[in-house]
Amino acid sequence: MDIRRDIYQAIADPTRRAILMLLTVGAMTPNAIAGHFGSSRQAVSKHIQILTECGAVDQEQRGREIYYQLNINKMKEIDRWMEAFRKMWEDRFNQLDKLLEDL
Amino acid sequence: MTNFFSFEPDLAAKKIHMVREFNAPVEKVWRAYTEPDLLVKWIAPKPFTVMPKISDFTVGGVWQYAMVGPEGQKHWVYDKFTAIENGSSISSIGMPCDEEGNPDTDGPKTYVDTKFWSIDGNRTKVESVITFDDEATIKWFVEGGFKEGTEAALAALDELLASE
Repeated sequence: MDIRRDIYQAIADPTRRAILMLLTVGAMTPNAIAGHFGSSRQAVSKHIQILTECGAVDQEQRGREIYYQLNINKMKEIDRWMEAFRKMWEDRFNQLDKLLEDL
Repeated sequence: MTNFFSFEPDLAAKKIHMVREFNAPVEKVWRAYTEPDLLVKWIAPKPFTVMPKISDFTVGGVWQYAMVGPEGQKHWVYDKFTAIENGSSISSIGMPCDEEGNPDTDGPKTYVDTKFWSIDGNRTKVESVITFDDEATIKWFVEGGFKEGTEAALAALDELLASE
């Protein structure tokens, strides 16, 4: 089955955004992540699964533990969209500067 | 001289905060933001042009236009004004449109609050806060912004991709 997940689904939920925020500090085990949330372990683990499917996080086996870490390159996709949007406004404002000169 | 510009997305808060300064008195900047004939001259980044459909700059009124690309592709923008303080602030709600330009009133919305400040009488500071009403809006909005984007934006994107 083709799972259609993208990076926006990763950030589309407040708990997932909070998990991503936690992981900016460093890799964590699922237990450590779940410890930060009031919701059930299963709920947190479902979010981690979605984050993995979105490519927002990678898992790494260390001994007997699985650690999750941010996939920085994937998160940069959002930056790229934002950058394009920022650039659009920058261009608009530069045009407005010219218009104001003649007004 | 380059005028001050800051653009700060806060995805967790579903907001983008923009500040820009202009080398013109606030009265002129206000006109450029609210007079349709002036707005069309700057709101579409090159090579896009603006095709206005509704230009009603009153509270409850609508400013709707198509951003038309070089190959004739249209991206509709629909903004309904919720508050206007003459010369100092504008609030609007943006809604997505279908290909014919019909707004989807149940669709994800963006709220834009723009404030105008005079600096020393002959310069102006404009501050905009763009708020998305739900997470899905970010995707719609950012992709919409990208589609409207300029060649320059694409070039910037190319550069970013090349630097990876």
